[in-house]
Amino acid sequence: MAQHSLSDRVAIISMGCTRFAEHFDRSADELAVDAVAEALDGAGLTRDDIDAFWLGTYVSGISGMALARPLRLVGKPVTRVENMCATGSEALRAAVYAVACGAVDVAMAVGTEKLKDTGYAGLISPKIQDDGTRVNTSAPANFSLLVPAYQERYGVAPDLFRAAMTHVAWKNHANGALNPRAQFRRAVSKESIERSPAVAGELGVMDCSGVADGAAAAIVTRAEDARKYTGTPLYIKALALVTGDGSGAADPQYDYTSFPEVVDCARRAYAQAGITDPRRELALAEVHDCFTPTEIVLMEDLGFAERGHAWRDVLDGVYDRDGELPVNPDGGLKSFGHPVGASGLRMIYECWLQLRGQAGARQVATANRGLALTQNLGGAPGDCVCFISVLGSKPA
Amino acid sequence: MPPSSIQPSTTQPGRYPQTGIVGYHAYLPGYRLERSEIAAAVGSSARGVRCVAGYDEDSTTLGVAAALPAVRGRETAVGSVWFATTDPVYADKTNATAIHAALDLQPGIIAADLGASLRSGIVGLLLAARDGGLAVLADRRGGPAGGTDEREGADAAVAFLFGEVDPLARIICTASVTAEFIDRWRAPGAPDGATWEERFGEQRYTELADQLLTRLSEARAELGDVRRFAVAGSNARAVRSVASIVQKATGARLEGAGLADAIGNAGAAQPGLALADLLDAAMAGETLLLISLADGADALILRATEAIAASRGEPLRAQFDRGVTIGYPQYLLWRERLAAERPRRPDPDRPSAPFAWRNRRYKLSMTGGRCGKCGAVQFPLPRVCYQCHAADDFEPVPASGQTGRIATFTVDRLAFSPSPPLVSAIVAFTRGGRLQCELTDVRRPIRVGDEVVPTFRRGATVGGIRNYIWKARPVYPTTPAAAGQPGAAGRPDAEPES
Repeated sequence: MAQHSLSDRVAIISMGCTRFAEHFDRSADELAVDAVAEALDGAGLTRDDIDAFWLGTYVSGISGMALARPLRLVGKPVTRVENMCATGSEALRAAVYAVACGAVDVAMAVGTEKLKDTGYAGLISPKIQDDGTRVNTSAPANFSLLVPAYQERYGVAPDLFRAAMTHVAWKNHANGALNPRAQFRRAVSKESIERSPAVAGELGVMDCSGVADGAAAAIVTRAEDARKYTGTPLYIKALALVTGDGSGAADPQYDYTSFPEVVDCARRAYAQAGITDPRRELALAEVHDCFTPTEIVLMEDLGFAERGHAWRDVLDGVYDRDGELPVNPDGGLKSFGHPVGASGLRMIYECWLQLRGQAGARQVATANRGLALTQNLGGAPGDCVCFISVLGSKPA
Repeated sequence: MPPSSIQPSTTQPGRYPQTGIVGYHAYLPGYRLERSEIAAAVGSSARGVRCVAGYDEDSTTLGVAAALPAVRGRETAVGSVWFATTDPVYADKTNATAIHAALDLQPGIIAADLGASLRSGIVGLLLAARDGGLAVLADRRGGPAGGTDEREGADAAVAFLFGEVDPLARIICTASVTAEFIDRWRAPGAPDGATWEERFGEQRYTELADQLLTRLSEARAELGDVRRFAVAGSNARAVRSVASIVQKATGARLEGAGLADAIGNAGAAQPGLALADLLDAAMAGETLLLISLADGADALILRATEAIAASRGEPLRAQFDRGVTIGYPQYLLWRERLAAERPRRPDPDRPSAPFAWRNRRYKLSMTGGRCGKCGAVQFPLPRVCYQCHAADDFEPVPASGQTGRIATFTVDRLAFSPSPPLVSAIVAFTRGGRLQCELTDVRRPIRVGDEVVPTFRRGATVGGIRNYIWKARPVYPTTPAAAGQPGAAGRPDAEPES
């Protein structure tokens, strides 16, 4: 028994992505319709040409009918998937598997989310009925656990780690400022990041990703059919998913300075894609910067930095848009916004633009490396799911 | 206790020569409020402080805090649980059962509440004395804003475990007299009570004390042997007058005269605090007399044994100065006399009764399991071990009674809490096992490695259901200067550590 690489068997032939924003004037249905229309138009297809659909949404719809209804899909298999912040990526994973196994010729993955209808602050996760024993912490509080643990383990002075967190927010906002589809299109000064109101632990508001509405979509076919639809398809080099067993809090070996699920997932993805030196082989990485310390730790878990050195690399600009390995050149969750079910496909959308040289003012200089990585993280340190994809502009 | 040792007579003073107190503990919650601040709200003045429970403490959790040290290591010897409070969390539903569950006691005993009267405190002691039981006396006392009851009340708890094995004080005699008159009263569930002119009650209680002493004399209780005594009651004038009568009759030393002045009067728990204070002072062989004045007069005469010096825990008075001063607005918010601004977050859900029942050993007594194959400890008791994946092979392990250390922590300003922010930490226990839990009574900025102990507290109340949870409380040095330092990881009244 083993997991096998689907490398180069499936390709993305078109994508769509709405602007991520506080779309008080549009519903989750309308956002999905817009993203799907853009993807169909890009490939010159109609909805009838799609053999099967997967919808990823975290809290904005139940069942495949949440997509079939707004699109008026008749006689199509439509399935809703959910895996926390990896939800949009799960939709792609299902579509890719369906094509790879030969069940369908053309499949579509759609991610959509409407978070701004609740009136509450932050992300509101669905609650499973329980006995009230679990600690009712917020997402920023969960991820803020990384900060004292990391500082303690590596002996990093709090002001230096703070500076690295600030750099992540500053970089991602600078990138997002160049992105017409980002939620926050404004560069932010380091001073204002550090002055932002406290949310949890060392995290201020400006250490947190934007709560947004949005949708994104991708159409996939077999790799050999891709050029029928576009001259520049993106090939799926790796898809890996690792679902944590939730033992982090219980296991004294786990020290809250890493996401073991990400380390495991990256190992599997790099093996599928044949990557040995990700920092130099990847053109860019779109990672799950839900909170600024998350991005710092991910640099180590994804093998972009030595253990205990990511904060220094961040400060040295290694992951800036003009750095050695651009990370989140589209602004990331931080400034592009985080409509949970759409975010995984939004990351792939940026790879779609960057590897095909269509990223405009924020085009990375490293695009000719031809490989890009996306990574989602759902849950909390010690209790999370991780998805990683590797995409390439060239077939095997 | 065999049934034959129970004395059912209600007309004769009771004698239980086999039975005594085997363990006791008084618990003062960690907050103090200046009476002058309360009085100032109504243009008045007052001196001293009163003891205040934290926002996450109620009569049930206060009771657990007192009972845990009193019974530790003797859980299987507890023959009954009698719970006394004037501030019960539930009506209809028994409150003593949550205490029984938190202490992880045997199912085959009775656990019962004693109504919501002030007399219930001494009644709990007398009942537990009869059957080798556990008396838990816990109260939160308040009153109309700015008034005497609010200033002079206290929140506190005390527990006494009775038994026959190595008692630290043996029961010599008990006696009661009962009378119906109006001195202090309160409608069921109402937050504020009322009193008649104090002098009327004073006169009734002095008469009752005379009757009580007569009965004790008739029972040849040898009042002349009494070396130390204490009087508890909610009518301060009556308490003073009766103390003077008893002193004349016995020549004994009055203990605890300043108790109510120092921390306030803890209602149904007050006779228990007075008894704890007596026992704290007692020498081996001394005879002790406790009198409670509440709708009658009740007496308990004990003799301290040689075991007393070794069996005493931390004295009540050691806790007097170990409090953090809070402001009057904070008190009013904690008491829900004022409604605080709600966070822009959903309210917590009602806890599921079946879920809580299935999970009761973790939820209420913080018990997890040690894997029989690899030894890894985990909370709650799992089906499958996270480490070696062996299934259904766990030995129960309680976290309660252990200390833990903080692996990492956070102060959450977004999450719902009745007293924001919500502070939580990953806590690793000395005897294995690690879990995330909420922290409480945080007085200083938290650091990785800080020592904590589990503590039973109330979470949110939804739909009238009170969600009980175990939290962890930082352990601070017991020197008053260090302990009194205000400031906390994020409490609204927090000040940075100096």
